[in-house]
Amino acid sequence: MGNGKETEVKQIREVTVRFAGDSGDGMQLTGTQFSDTTASVGNDLSTLPDYPAEIRAPAGTLYGVSGFQLHFSSNDIFTPGDKPDVLVAMNPAALKKNLPDLKPGAMIIVNTDSFDKKNLALAGFESNPLEDGTLSGFEVYDVPITTLTFNALEDVDLSTKDKARSKNFFALGLMYWLFERPLDTTLNWLREKFKNKPELIEANEKALRAGYNFGDITERFTTRYKIEPAKLPAGTYRNISGNEATAWGFIAASVRSGLPLFLGSYPITPASEILQFLSKYKNFNVRTFQAEDEIAGITSAIGAAFAGNLAITTTSGPGLALKTEAIGLAVMTELPLVIVDVQRGGPSTGLPTKTEQADLLQALYGRNGEAPVGVVAAATPSDCFHMAIEASRLALEFMTPVILLSDGYLANGSEPWKIPHVDELPEIKVKFLTEPEGFKPYARDENLVRPWVKPGTPNMEHRIGGLEKANITGNVSYDPENHHQMVTIRAQKVKNMQKVIPDLEVDGDKEGDLLVLGWGSTYGAIKEGVERARRKGYKVSQAHLKYLNPFPKNTGEVLSKFKRILLPEVNMGQLAKVLKSEFLHHGIIQFNLVRGLPFRSTEIEEKIIELLGGGNNGQ
Amino acid sequence: MANNIEVGEIKYTPKDFASDQDVRWCPGCGDYAILAQVQRTFPKIPGIKRENIVWVSGIGCSSRFPYYMNTYGFHSIHGRAPAIATGIKLTRPDLQVWVATGDGDLLSIGGNHFIHACRKNVDIKIMLFNNRIYALTKGQYSPTSERGKITKTTPYGSVDYPFNAISLALGANATFVARSIDRDAKHLQAMILRAAQHKGTAFLEIYQNCNIFNDGAFRLLTDKETKEDHVLYLEHGKPMIFGKNKDKGIALNGLEPIVIDLNDGKHSIDDVLVHDENDDSLIRAFILSHLTDHPDFPTPVGVFRQLFQPTYDESVNQQVKEVTEKLGKGDLEKMLFSGNTWTVSDN
Repeated sequence: MGNGKETEVKQIREVTVRFAGDSGDGMQLTGTQFSDTTASVGNDLSTLPDYPAEIRAPAGTLYGVSGFQLHFSSNDIFTPGDKPDVLVAMNPAALKKNLPDLKPGAMIIVNTDSFDKKNLALAGFESNPLEDGTLSGFEVYDVPITTLTFNALEDVDLSTKDKARSKNFFALGLMYWLFERPLDTTLNWLREKFKNKPELIEANEKALRAGYNFGDITERFTTRYKIEPAKLPAGTYRNISGNEATAWGFIAASVRSGLPLFLGSYPITPASEILQFLSKYKNFNVRTFQAEDEIAGITSAIGAAFAGNLAITTTSGPGLALKTEAIGLAVMTELPLVIVDVQRGGPSTGLPTKTEQADLLQALYGRNGEAPVGVVAAATPSDCFHMAIEASRLALEFMTPVILLSDGYLANGSEPWKIPHVDELPEIKVKFLTEPEGFKPYARDENLVRPWVKPGTPNMEHRIGGLEKANITGNVSYDPENHHQMVTIRAQKVKNMQKVIPDLEVDGDKEGDLLVLGWGSTYGAIKEGVERARRKGYKVSQAHLKYLNPFPKNTGEVLSKFKRILLPEVNMGQLAKVLKSEFLHHGIIQFNLVRGLPFRSTEIEEKIIELLGGGNNGQ
Repeated sequence: MANNIEVGEIKYTPKDFASDQDVRWCPGCGDYAILAQVQRTFPKIPGIKRENIVWVSGIGCSSRFPYYMNTYGFHSIHGRAPAIATGIKLTRPDLQVWVATGDGDLLSIGGNHFIHACRKNVDIKIMLFNNRIYALTKGQYSPTSERGKITKTTPYGSVDYPFNAISLALGANATFVARSIDRDAKHLQAMILRAAQHKGTAFLEIYQNCNIFNDGAFRLLTDKETKEDHVLYLEHGKPMIFGKNKDKGIALNGLEPIVIDLNDGKHSIDDVLVHDENDDSLIRAFILSHLTDHPDFPTPVGVFRQLFQPTYDESVNQQVKEVTEKLGKGDLEKMLFSGNTWTVSDN
């Protein structure tokens, strides 16, 4: 940009960047902006926000550090990256916390203004790491980000405190320069976001441009990096997070079924966003109800289902526990209902902002009595859209509750998504019975599904409830034989979903020594790990279960074709337990890491190599 | 409401509201009387259509109620009826939604749903069958059992302070708060009709005798000999007088309620408090609700308070309508492709 400085442009295939700072430093926003801009220039990407449960933990502390990791590439990618190549550390605590994760020789950009005595002490540094050699071996850029931001905002009419809040935009601008990104996505966002606060638009824009120009002008940075757009299939794309995709999936299911959408929900991390998103879309005939508690969230949805809506409730693990009894009611009354569990670290309050897959058994079995429900799980952030539609389709067409499992990683993570056209989405067939002649509330069709009759339909007044029903008539029944029959029917009805769900597909050879099997958000790490192992010559196949109850009908057959099945789960082996009891496969190898974090693809890769015999003998 | 009656509307009889199920409460239970009065009153609700009525209940003896009404019905789980009713009413404002519940169901396990339905003014009608005992589980004390009560779980007497249901509903800002008694057929019918016609959360507490586990809990209010001296009929715009000879009245001494004798030569009817259901201030309604704390005072029945405010369901649906008018009916295809998108071409 005309300053006469020699700048080399290096072409690279992929890079992993992590932004880290105090939870009040705006790192999530910075990360999201960088992601949106990166998506818009056509890179494939995957993100992983990592923030503390405390909204504003004391400034400068280690536990107050908030991070946002982003992996982007000119190739297909499936994970937010294992170890960052670049760290932006806004304070000593952010440096301290993230240093162990970095790749050797990684680039570190630090805000030197925050490296004062107090912050160093808070982070537990005995001496200044910028001076004592701690960072030798890394490519360190010390930038007085706060001072430079103040300088840039000299003419802006804002308090010192408010000016300091723009420093994340300075860092963002610098990163845009470093990776040759355009500013307009962020500038457009700023203009929309602060349309009533022109002084904030001005301040943040000035900081952003100052950061960009700093990269351009300062002698320190001599290399810029270029990542070509990824060769993705043709189509129109957007960047989408799991929670956003889930919310949109339900709107799509509402449109495709012709039913109004009702969400009864109680705020809980990391699921609240779905309630927030859906409350915006009232013009899609969406009604959201922020209930007094988790139980009212689901029971209001059950009322709405009875009344003829596509009814859903959203929550996380602790909330699912509270909803347990009501799910049983929906099983008994055979009403369609979708329950979304955005899983987080447990038990109890656990790790509210971290990811985990440990609610699988709760979803499958966590109710009193024999109470089977459909269970499906999304594999990637954008897959949440499709699985929300699938969960709705199964619930509505089989008149039963269906649990959709997402998790904190999918919910907050994002990826480019090839936007489908509405007419490509599955149609959901719903019929309300209005013919009183011969009507029996618990009569069954060929799939054992009972009819749905909306209150307000003349001459079809009937009563349902949580007491056991006589088959066909739906009257209260304590008859022992009838109870056994109804238990069997409810289970068979859920099993009948197998008729309408897709088979389990295998990526790679359909038989062999090793299959890596996953469910839910491990998809990306497994895919990447498998591909890396394959590049090294190992023969390994992959399959991913998105339908967990019932399993696709070919599941047993697929598994039987492999001698060993590696099953990575972010729990202590919950799917492994179910598969072992259902399919009697003796070669299931559990791989369990429960750290509140997703698997790293290298961990999967190393495990595959270990199993297939150390050296390059995989053939 | 009367002008809503359409010509040619269906004329129902009480029998039309009786389902084909055998009623299975204990012989002599007060629930029979309540069911009878509901079935007698419903045909009188202006413009009523049977298919538009939904009864929702929780768990307990009273919660079997929906099975016996030939309307739509939902016998749900313990305490949750107000929340289920809320989901129905929010999405189907065309339905008239009733809740049948008991003192354990509504005030103990379902307490949270109750206060929040009241607070939001959801247009549902809640009939509380208050018998001051857990009857379906065979005789444990309830949140409305009096202190000192001996039950299966309080063999040495209950040390709990009971809830005053009327006071609780008033405190939660219910817009219609009333009380009646199972054995007072005429009054109960009048209260059911009033509740039916109220727009917003209507709370009707019905003192109901459990002749098995808490027989005679309301004897003073129902026995011929005693009832006139112990029941105060609240009537809008009328002085609060009671007693066999209609010679006692309720007056206020500052904020202290007192019983005055109209024959003592010192007091006249002009000293008696005149009931105002629509009083904006809660103070008098609270004072009335707490008359039951003192054995010297009569128990008020009737409408304590009625306010006319937009209902929750109305407001929710109004907002849906307004947003739709402002933004236009949602277009899914447009939504999916809105905002930051980019296109990858074939080559």
